[in-house]
Amino acid sequence: MTNSNVPLIELVGLTKSYGEGAAEFQALNGVDLRIDEGDFAAIMGPSGSGKSTVMNILGCLDTPTNGAYLFRGVHVETMTGRQRTLLRRYFLGFVFQGFNLLSRTSALENVELPLLYRGVPKQERRKAALEALAQVGLTGWEKHTPAELSGGQQQRVAIARALVTKPSILLADEPTGNLDTKRGREIMELLTALNRDLGITVLMVTHDHDLAGYAHRIIRFVDGVVEPDGAAAEKRS
Amino acid sequence: MIWNTILLALQAIRRNLMRSFLTILGIVIGVAAVIAMVTVGNGATQAISNQISSLGSNLLMLFPKMEFHGGSGSTARQFEISDVEAIQTQISSLKAVAPIVSSSATVVFGANNWSTSVTGSTNDYFTASNWKFASGRTFTDSELRSGKSVCVIGDRIRRELFAGKDPIGSSLRVKGFAAEVVGVLKSKGQGGMGRDQDDTVIMPIRTVQRRISGSQKINMVMLSVKDGVLSDDVVSQVKLLMREQRRITPDKEDDFEVMDTKEITQTLSGTTKTLTGLLGAVAAVSLLVGGIGIMNIMLVSVTERTREIGIRLAIGALENEVLLQFMVEAVTLASVGGLVGITVATVVSMILTKVMGVPYAFNLGINLLSFFFSAVIGILFGFMPARRAAKLKPIDALRHE
Repeated sequence: MTNSNVPLIELVGLTKSYGEGAAEFQALNGVDLRIDEGDFAAIMGPSGSGKSTVMNILGCLDTPTNGAYLFRGVHVETMTGRQRTLLRRYFLGFVFQGFNLLSRTSALENVELPLLYRGVPKQERRKAALEALAQVGLTGWEKHTPAELSGGQQQRVAIARALVTKPSILLADEPTGNLDTKRGREIMELLTALNRDLGITVLMVTHDHDLAGYAHRIIRFVDGVVEPDGAAAEKRS
Repeated sequence: MIWNTILLALQAIRRNLMRSFLTILGIVIGVAAVIAMVTVGNGATQAISNQISSLGSNLLMLFPKMEFHGGSGSTARQFEISDVEAIQTQISSLKAVAPIVSSSATVVFGANNWSTSVTGSTNDYFTASNWKFASGRTFTDSELRSGKSVCVIGDRIRRELFAGKDPIGSSLRVKGFAAEVVGVLKSKGQGGMGRDQDDTVIMPIRTVQRRISGSQKINMVMLSVKDGVLSDDVVSQVKLLMREQRRITPDKEDDFEVMDTKEITQTLSGTTKTLTGLLGAVAAVSLLVGGIGIMNIMLVSVTERTREIGIRLAIGALENEVLLQFMVEAVTLASVGGLVGITVATVVSMILTKVMGVPYAFNLGINLLSFFFSAVIGILFGFMPARRAAKLKPIDALRHE
């Protein structure tokens, strides 16, 4: 959207290993990946292929072992923890498989929370949160706590929480993993609409071929690397 | 930003009312127990030292020794007036020598009567026992010499019999004779070993000997040692003199006893110190139990709170903001608990000291100490797990099981 030459996200030879010595496990073996502004991409691959690991690194929830992660051309892998937090706060929205809402806290307060950390004044915060909840179709459910909402509704609250800051990219790690097919489709339609109508870049991980079909581009992971033919994305209309 | 963080902390307290309540309860119990126990212990110590100082300073008491004759009762060889005169003339380091004849009688004034103790003595008795006069005077020499029917009354007698009227110049009926009230003593308050020291009538010794006890014998002698004189030396002088006076041969033991009130003072204050120490130890245990309660609640909620911290970090909270929130939370709970604890302790110690009849004194030191101790426990166990969690990578905090 801003500069077509600089991708929104670029990963170069990214590796990640857990443990040490004999117990060392290589989760990522040199991932090269490029996501442009406005993309709607789905990462697919078998369990243990490194899909979630790469998402967590992209979301600045985890750090890579080696390689480069560039966000709009800026190196993220060398940032301090504080800088990564600020990147999360101002540019990234993350949706988890397990929702991760604050318990005993109303939907509205959950959605307001990221704005609170941004220092947005109370009135503005409320207005933006109500708007985000309306976008995910939860008008009328603002006062409900997660325990009073269905799984699909909880995930909508989580998406509203990720949207409310108007992030540059929405990272969704198996957002439909804990939902049945019908609710899963509703969430996918919601993500599609957000990408189409608001121009938000969406990167998601999924197991489900049908759901991946909503994306414009499919990236396949195998054994901690991106499969070459998957990288040559087929564009759908 | 700080305001927002405080807001978040208060929200967290409100959302977890049960946890907050239990944490506060732990602190309240710990703080209240320590403060109440120490305050009551101090009150008891204070009461005992008040009693000791009202007894008179540097006082020796000369008693006859009781001799028991298996089953057929006991006898005690009383003192003669000549013994008292010998002490007065031969021992120079004494401020006052008061021979005492004790008795009890029912005293009557108008329609009121009251059963009390009657003490026969000289003016030295007022010096030795530290009595001050509220009104009136001591006995005159002629009253003492002739054994006139006059008396000095304690504050309790004034309250029981005269009810607001001035007793000076009135006559009490004691055992069928009339005694004119010449003086009223200042109150000493609740006295030693549960007896009211103000419940007393004092008369010249001869009056009591002649009209009440009907004998020339003296029950005991109070000796007040001059300031700066070692009471141990005086005790041995008195013992030597009494053996001589009472013609006790070297192969016999003393048939009298000299008691030094300084020793009583030391024994009693030692006892109360032990008592306060014991109460303090019990209280410290309650504080510890309260502390463990807080610890328990905090640790149980660590998993939930670690995930909460993970969520907050993931949506863009800085480590410091999360820590500040938890710090504010812990400080708020600890302070509320501490303040409630101090309030409860104050009420409880006021009631307890009143019931026990000991003075109440607000002890700032122990209030501050227990408040800060529980605050530290609350903050430590509320804050430390949070600190550990906030240091984790967000993804690890979120995965915490």
